This record gives sequence, C-alpha cells and structure tokens, in this order.
Amino acid sequence: MAVTVRPVTRPARGLWEQVYLIEVLRGLGVTFRHFFVNLWRHVLALLGRRAAAGAVTIQYPEQPAVLGRRARTRHRLLRRPDGAPRCTACLLCETICPAKCIRITAEESPDPMVEKRARSFDIDVGMCVFCGHCVEACPVDAIHMDSSQVELASYTRAGMIWNMESLMREKR
Amino acid sequence: MAKTIRFTLDGRTVEAREGETVLEAAQRCGLRIPHYCWHQALGNPGNCRMCNVEVEGAAKPMVSCRLQPKEGMVVRSAAPAARRWQRAALEFHLVDHPLDCPVCDQSGECGLQDYYMDIGRYPSSLRDDKWHMGKRMPIGPHIMLDQERCIMCTRCTRFVSTVSQSHELGIFGRGHSQVVDVVPGRSLDNPYSGCLADICPVGALTDRDFRFQVRVWYLDEAESVCPGCSRLCSIWAHTSTRRPWHNQGRRLARLKPRLDPEVNGPWICDEGRYGFAGFDSDRLGRVLRLGRDAAELPWDAACDEIAVAWHRVVRHKKPEGLAVVASGALSNQDWAGFRSLFVDGLRLSRFLFAPEPDQVGAEDGLLRRRDKVPNLAGGRAFGFGAEIQSLTWQTLAEQIEQGEVWGLYVVDRDPLKVWGEKGRALLERLDLLVYQGPRKGLTGELARFRLPATAWLEEDGEFTDFQGRVRGYRRALEPLGQARPDWEIFAAIEAAFHGGGGL
Repeated sequence: MAVTVRPVTRPARGLWEQVYLIEVLRGLGVTFRHFFVNLWRHVLALLGRRAAAGAVTIQYPEQPAVLGRRARTRHRLLRRPDGAPRCTACLLCETICPAKCIRITAEESPDPMVEKRARSFDIDVGMCVFCGHCVEACPVDAIHMDSSQVELASYTRAGMIWNMESLMREKR
Repeated sequence: MAKTIRFTLDGRTVEAREGETVLEAAQRCGLRIPHYCWHQALGNPGNCRMCNVEVEGAAKPMVSCRLQPKEGMVVRSAAPAARRWQRAALEFHLVDHPLDCPVCDQSGECGLQDYYMDIGRYPSSLRDDKWHMGKRMPIGPHIMLDQERCIMCTRCTRFVSTVSQSHELGIFGRGHSQVVDVVPGRSLDNPYSGCLADICPVGALTDRDFRFQVRVWYLDEAESVCPGCSRLCSIWAHTSTRRPWHNQGRRLARLKPRLDPEVNGPWICDEGRYGFAGFDSDRLGRVLRLGRDAAELPWDAACDEIAVAWHRVVRHKKPEGLAVVASGALSNQDWAGFRSLFVDGLRLSRFLFAPEPDQVGAEDGLLRRRDKVPNLAGGRAFGFGAEIQSLTWQTLAEQIEQGEVWGLYVVDRDPLKVWGEKGRALLERLDLLVYQGPRKGLTGELARFRLPATAWLEEDGEFTDFQGRVRGYRRALEPLGQARPDWEIFAAIEAAFHGGGGL
C-alpha cells in the first residue's frame, strides 16, 4: 500500500486555553461531577429510590470481568460421546470465514461410522474477527465460541494459533 | 441438407435436427432442462424423470429426453406444472439420499444440490427412516462407491457396457433396495474408470485420488490438453492455489475431460488423468552452475557462460560433437526455438528425440495411443523425424564412449535413467553437459549447467496431435522461481551466441 500524506490543520488556541490553570480546573470539575452523580445514584439505590446502582470499577485482571451470556469468546471444538472430535472436516467454516483464519486438512476416518475427519484444525485467533460465522455455518454443531476465554495474548505469532487439541481443551 | 423441425420451447423457437429429442435440441441451443440419466454419449433411458416438460395439447407430463419434437409443437419446461413434476421427481430421488453433503466430495458440483436450489426448495415431507446401503466401498483403484447416494440413473452401467465395454458394474435388487455394485469377483479397473466419477451426477461414484483433498469451490480451472500421449485429449486442469494447505500442498488438484467431439468426446483415460500426481515434485526453479564452483546465476550470465564453454571446447574439437537430447513434450513454439538454435544456428547434426523405452505403452481403439509423448508430430513439422533423423539411445552411448560426442544438451530427458549406472561414467566423460527441464531427474545432478523450464501447465503453447491438429493449451499456474518456457531459453542462448560473435 502506498503511503499517503494528509495535512491536518491544528485548531487555533485562544488566550483562555493558553492559561492552563483554568482548563485544569475545568477538567477537575468534570471528574468531580461524575464522582458525585455516581455517588448520588448509589445512595438512591441504597434507599430503594432507584432500580440500578451507579457504575462500579472492576479490579481487572485481579477480579474477572463478567461476560454477557452470548458473548463470542475463543472457539471451542466439541467432542462426540466417545471423545472424538465432532468435526467432519466439511470446510464450511473455513469457507465462510471472512478473516481466513481457519485452516483445516481432512483425512479418512478409521471409525466405520464416520467417513471424514479433520487431520488438523488450526485457528489463528490473531486474525479472527470473532464474527461467529463459523458457528453458524457448522452443520454438525462442532464449533462453539463459548469458552469464556478472552485473554488470548501471546508473545509470538505462532502462539496465537490454536490447534485441534488446544481448541478442545477448556483452558489453554 | 438434413431436415430440421421447428418447435417452441419456453417461448423460444428451437430448430431440432432430424432424430434429435427435445432435450438434445435444448442442450445444443443452450437451454437447460433438468436431467440426470441422459448423457450425450450414453443415450436416454428415461428413468430419472427429471426432464418432465409440459406439451401443449398433451394431458400428461412428457420426458423430454425421449420426446421427438413435431413441427409447431409448444413445449414448456419452466411452466408451473412442469416445475411441479420435476420437483416431485427430485423429491423421489432424495427420499433415500443420505444428505451427507458435508463429507461428500461431490458437493459443490452435485446435480442434486444444483436442482434442489434451482427448482426444489420444498420442505421435506419424509417421516420414515432412510434406507442404509454400502458406503465408501473402494470398488477399483480409482473409484469409491457410495450406494446410498446413488439415484439409479444407470449412467455408470451404460458406460461400462457401451464405452469401456468392460461390464464390471450392474444394478442389483429392486425397489428401495436397488443398488449399483460391481459384479462379484470383479474390480472396476478398466483403463477409463476415472470417467465414472465425471459422469455420476451425484456423489455415488467419486474419485479416490481426489478424495478429501480440496473442496471443489476452491479450485480454479484452465483449458488445457493432456500431454500423456499423442492423442492430446482436451482437458480442464483444476488447480488449487488459493489455500496452499489443501491438496497436500500440491498445486495441480485434478484433470477433468473437456468436451471435444472431434478428439476425445467427454472422456479421458486413467493414465492421463492420474499420470500427473508428481507434477509439483522434484521441480527446478533456479538457474544453477554445478560442480566445484557451484553458484546460482541470473539467466543472462548462465547463457553467456554456456556460449563461452562451447567456444572453449570447439577451439580444439569439432562443433558437431555436441549432441542434443530432446523430449517430445516440447510445444510447437519450443520446437521452433529448438530448430533455430541447434540446427540453423549451431548447425548441429546429432539429435535424439526418440521416446525413452518406458514412454511406449498400451494402446486401444478408444483414446490411448502407444507413444506416450505428446508432441513428436510437432517436431516432425520442424524437420525432426523427417530430414533430421533421431539417434538411438544405443548409438548415442557408443558415440560418447568413442569420444565422437564431447557434449550433451539435454532437454527434459533423463539419459541416466535409460542407461543405468554405466550412464554415469558416460556422462562424466563429457566436456559439457547442459540440462534444461522442469524436473531435476537423475541427469540434472550431473549437469554443468542446470536450467529450469516451465511445465506445460505453466505456459501458453500448442501441441500437434498425431492427426495433425494443432491443439492449444493455456497457462494454469505461475512458473516456479526463475523457470521460463523452453523456447525463451533457446532464444536467450541463441542471443548469447550472437552477443559473443560466435555464430
């Protein structure tokens, strides 16, 4: 991609802005307004005059965040009752994936009741856009995005790739 | 002048030739009527009932594959009544179909899927369990049978009885339990068995070679011709480059016949179809000088060095001592450059373009030819095999032994494979050995200069078949690394000789 230059004009600062103390006090005013409004909401909720309490700061990461029930988190591959992966390697998730982050190779299954299975199933969560199309496309309900795991950072790009074994585990 | 019959099909006037059915006339005019059992080369048993059409004045549905048009007949294939009949036939076909599209290799090019999306789209009214029959039965070296997916169109049994005439397949049982199977004690191993995967409109007969390699919607296709023998059948080259991890990393996924009534009809043989499994193995992509001072060279430097090496030898040896071994896989364009460089330019006289001993194989009355090299006929047009006769492998070996031949320019051939271990000593006697080709082979290791050429799928070109037809093929894949078409290499070397003032 070619590099393009776009000139940006800076807004002119008047005398009022240049006297910083006044602007600093204005900023403190905003902070205090939020503090007292929030405090007032907590008090009203305590007195039973208000249904919802005010905002609460969560001490993440010491205190885990509560996710919505339908939040799309790291993928999970489901197993059949006998423990084998449910995935039949139909490649519909790989086909629909807009980020092209799924890589599957297929092979013949040794199980006489199953014809095709995945030899490898890799998801690059660094490329994933968490759209959930793979879950929608799966005809055998083999992939879910309900592991509740959102901490997927890694020190390497290779560490962002989850394979079939790790995708079937609850935690990495 | 054959008589033509004019009739109306879906509001369009269609001219049918004498003896043609409504379906055939429609196909020829590009109008599509759904069908499974009809095939242009296998007749019209009329058993799938998918091609039901409405004929004005007729009380009942008519199957268009058996309907002879009459002058002024009005036929409707897309009218609500015709669509209802076709949909009913499709629903019957799907009653016992397992719907295992996710694991079926046919999905994406399946007649059931196509017609369901075009004219089906009905909610299933099936309440009973489906019948279960044999699945994934390897009935031959190339074909996998799935009896559940079969819709009993009988195209396969008609193929083995009329085209391959090997009679391995039959229909057994009746009603729900009717199945296609191999005749007991037989295996589906006729030399055209791969065609069964092409003609099967559903996933009942699939290709074992292609099985689970890549989904068909990832394939790209290019018009090509099969270089497996001098018949030069028209083919589609299906390549898989969009997702390199599929198809085990190989770029060529499969070859499919391309309908060509003049040459191969709708068929190709198994030798041609499965003969290119190693297309991507042992390939050359770098221009190399080998030996003590081995190095990777740019093209112009390599051509200059070859010209210099030639001049150094011909100072004290006869120029005719350079023999050229060429393959019949050169295109017409390559033969032109070949002639220009070696015959008209260097005035050489020792050529070997006879097939390698293992390039002569089986022949039959349908497609296969004895000579398994594609373009010796093209070489003949440039004089090779006519006024310029080929040496034999034996005489060339003797001439190297006696020192008459001091150099060898090998184009996509493997003398070491033909001569065996004694060939190594012969090739080491040479003052100059240049190897040019898409694949390294055994000889490529011993060469002083190793030049990478493109394979037939990586270039545009033309072959000439044994009947003299010039058959074009299109580039389907990118060349590897520095590889160039053979004619470009010949031209570059010729230019190097001119630049050196040698000629």
